[in-house]
Amino acid sequence: MQSRPMTTSETMLQGRMASARSFLVRNMVTIMFLVLSAVGYKLSGMTPFLFLMDIVARLSRNAFLVLALIIPVMAGMGLNFSIVLGAMAAQAIVIFVTHWGFAGLPGILLSMALVTPLAAILGYLTGSLFNRTKGQEMIAGLILGYFAQGIYELVFLQLVGGIIPMDNSTIIMSSGVGVRTTIDLTNGLKYGLDWPGQYWGNDLLLRPTLPWAIIGMAVALAVGIVIYQLRVDKRQRLGSTQLVLAGIGLAWACWWSVQQIQARTQINWIRVPLLTWLVIAGACVGLHFFSRTKLGQDMRSVGQDRHVAAVAGIDVNRVRIAAIILSMVMAAWGHIIFLQNIGTFSTYGSHEQVGLYSAAALLIGGATVARATIGHALLGTLLFHTLFIVAPAAGRQLFGDAQIGEYFRVFVAYGIIGITLAMHAWKQILQRRSVDQ
Amino acid sequence: MAVEPVLRMKGISKSYYGTKVLDSVNLSIMPGEVHGIVGENGAGKSTLMNILFGMNVIHSTGGFEGSIEIAGQPVQIKSPLQAMALGIGMVHQEFMLLPNYSVTENIKLNREVLKPNLASRIFGPRLQSLDYDKMYADARKALKRLNIDIDEYATIAGLPVGYMQFTEIARELDKEHLRILVFDEPTAVLAESEAAHLLEAIKEIAAAGIAVLFITHRLNEIMEVCDNITVLRDGRHVVTKASKDTNVIELAELMVGRSMEFAGRKQHYSHKGRPILEIKQLTVDMPGERVRGVDLTAYEGEILGIGGLAGQGKIGIANGIMGLFPAAGDVKVAGTPLPLNNPSASIAAGLAFVSEDRRGVGLLLNSSIEVNIASGAMFGKKEFIKTWGPFSQVDQAAVRENAQKLIGELDIRCTGPRQLVRQLSGGNQQKVCIARALTMNPKILLVSEPTRGIDVGAKQLVLDTLRRLNEELGMTIVVTSSELAELRSICSRIAIITDGRVAGILKPDDSDVNFGLLMAGQPISKGA
Ligand SMILES: Nc1ncnc2c1ncn2[C@@H]1O[C@H](COP(=O)(O)OP(=O)(O)OP(=O)(O)O)[C@@H](O)[C@H]1O
Ligand SMILES: [Mg+2]
Repeated sequence: MQSRPMTTSETMLQGRMASARSFLVRNMVTIMFLVLSAVGYKLSGMTPFLFLMDIVARLSRNAFLVLALIIPVMAGMGLNFSIVLGAMAAQAIVIFVTHWGFAGLPGILLSMALVTPLAAILGYLTGSLFNRTKGQEMIAGLILGYFAQGIYELVFLQLVGGIIPMDNSTIIMSSGVGVRTTIDLTNGLKYGLDWPGQYWGNDLLLRPTLPWAIIGMAVALAVGIVIYQLRVDKRQRLGSTQLVLAGIGLAWACWWSVQQIQARTQINWIRVPLLTWLVIAGACVGLHFFSRTKLGQDMRSVGQDRHVAAVAGIDVNRVRIAAIILSMVMAAWGHIIFLQNIGTFSTYGSHEQVGLYSAAALLIGGATVARATIGHALLGTLLFHTLFIVAPAAGRQLFGDAQIGEYFRVFVAYGIIGITLAMHAWKQILQRRSVDQ
Repeated sequence: MAVEPVLRMKGISKSYYGTKVLDSVNLSIMPGEVHGIVGENGAGKSTLMNILFGMNVIHSTGGFEGSIEIAGQPVQIKSPLQAMALGIGMVHQEFMLLPNYSVTENIKLNREVLKPNLASRIFGPRLQSLDYDKMYADARKALKRLNIDIDEYATIAGLPVGYMQFTEIARELDKEHLRILVFDEPTAVLAESEAAHLLEAIKEIAAAGIAVLFITHRLNEIMEVCDNITVLRDGRHVVTKASKDTNVIELAELMVGRSMEFAGRKQHYSHKGRPILEIKQLTVDMPGERVRGVDLTAYEGEILGIGGLAGQGKIGIANGIMGLFPAAGDVKVAGTPLPLNNPSASIAAGLAFVSEDRRGVGLLLNSSIEVNIASGAMFGKKEFIKTWGPFSQVDQAAVRENAQKLIGELDIRCTGPRQLVRQLSGGNQQKVCIARALTMNPKILLVSEPTRGIDVGAKQLVLDTLRRLNEELGMTIVVTSSELAELRSICSRIAIITDGRVAGILKPDDSDVNFGLLMAGQPISKGA
């Protein structure tokens, strides 16, 4: 009886320790990948120059596609593997735009304009299908991808050049029917967005060097944070710890960049595709804005509980279809960005991995099937592709065989999706059981 | 002057899969009237209200017969949206809240305040931004009408159930042009003081000219606030009476269809066995029900009651012991220290818990009654499972037999053990929760609010079952309840919790004065 009563602050401390532990558990995947990437980088023996050059390219190539997955997660539909359809639509349009001879930025803009209605229709159909398979959207999306692959192959192997006339020897196979297996975008859409200056012979326009780009981004971020702090409600403002950390991070990035510029290191040779990054940044701002609109709020409501949302009078099916349409259009645009950066693509294969790789990137960033943010998407893209870059080199260093690193990378990509889905199912069972008790 | 009824339901009939659950029920209600609806669990009260609110369960199971008039106009209500447009609001028996949203976002759900922006001018109104400032202001206003102090910024998940309930009511109040407000057992999850608060609010809502339909199993509440009362029995309209022309006993008899005996039970005191549950300096961080250092011992074979006013912490004790909220302190079960904050350790130590927050949660709604009843014992204790070497199989026969026994004992109204839990009435779902805990055959059974939402007839059955478990199997039972009368009818000792601590322990036949003093936090001179 005489023992000292536990004070509230002690209970709070215990609570805080518990929450620190749950933070680690929740972000286990991300932390694991941070470690893996760091170790892989060390082992690979890569120079910062090579690494940075590659990561800049890969980030600008893939980030938009990963962002396309966020909205369906918001609407409670899990990872939208059906974005493969959006990628196929993008390839179809790119083939035609290339055939018509459009190039550069105008070609890109035309492709995006043309693919939008096509992707919207595909999104509508996919969304309608998902409404009949509620709760099974992920698997339905995967199957749908395989099904669409069949139709796509039929059209481009059998119909184009035959029923659909296309007289173009660089695109159509020598038999006169069917599209070639690889399409080269050089002198066409290649770098249309990354480097629009190439066509009017201007090297510098919209292609800043990496250090300058970093300084620019840091300044833009700092301004953004200030505006956010001023405009947003008191309770949503960033805390002082977060502000200090952000300040230190940004200052360090600027300092590092200035050093690179002064020392004239190789890093200054890396060019950043400014327009592409602006498009990605625009997508991030747009998504943030969208989540605070009526439609965005409806999606989050439907995502939490379809039944409650319906009783509140929200047209659940319509909201879900809207989510898939938006995701599909974003995916199509994202894939166009991807293709123009690569500059050549395999007609019957380039879209295949889009769903799985984007999903893996998102999950690695710390997202779950039920919650995904812009931060998850960007961080995940960075980590996933870091591994892509360093794994083969690390494999060569360790085992004398780059292929082993390659295997490891593929293994990790699929493994991570499998594990995350299993963990999600497991967590649901656990949650249900703890409520039971 | 003849005022027209704001709502008239005529000849309403409804069948679910061939079972008639409503049979030509009539109902009519005036503006500003508070109309009570009473009936046993499964009498069809919620079904009637679901019809009024255009709920999808009704229309996806073949619709209903009969007609509805709002203010004299015949209407077809096909969806909740239409019902809302007609000025009908409903606080459902199960919660209709989104856990990750703030109180405000829930109050304004699908009625968000919007402001136009560039995107909405181009792409249409669905892209308008949410006007959070206005939404918070509206939410504050609605909560103020209820006279309740809830933080409108707080997230729903983690709020005490009482607060959730008030949030739901605030949401309905916030609706403009509200003409009819339905409360389906709003007080079932509230403690007595909160319930009293709600009744006051209901009176004020009615005084503003809104017609209120009020469903509850607490007949005293019905008598207190209602102008007229409709009694349903087995889906049939028994009678509609003015509340001044009837009384609680008559209502109960009308509901059950036979005369009820309300004789007080004789008390019994079990001998003190050895201490089986020792609680020392327990603190629990449960929002709204904080426990701030409880010392309490339960002896083997007794029924220990835990009472007290709402918000004083009585609910937190069992939740803390079961590891559902962060807890600290010393708890021993049969002399062995119990690791806290670890639900499975609590189960393994032989504890079972019937939570106060039972509305639908924790039940596998799409599974049968028998599976639900057996599920706790199956997962927690590997019972009902036959093993054949490396293979194991559910013992169907044992599951069925156990379910049948409990369905009888607790009077669960259903078509049989194979019926899906989703198809049961709210009260009968709660009985399934109790049956599941009993099946775990625990050393110590912790029950919170065992009779909430359960009709008068079945209440006695539940209490009798607890008592029988205690007497025949010697099970130690710790009952937490806000109904003192209930505790006094079955417990051997009653601990009163005030301000998160034990204010004192009383015998069931101690005077009302002593109970009152302890609840008010006053010491009593005579030691208990
Ligand atoms: N979705 C459903 N499918 C099949 N039967 C149902 C369904 N919902 C309710 N029932 C049945 O309809 C009858 C009336 O149920 P209802 O929910 O209206 O009862 P209630 O009067 O509200 O009871 P309680 O006081 O327990 O909430 C019950 O027998 C129930 O089993
Ligand atoms: Mg009911």
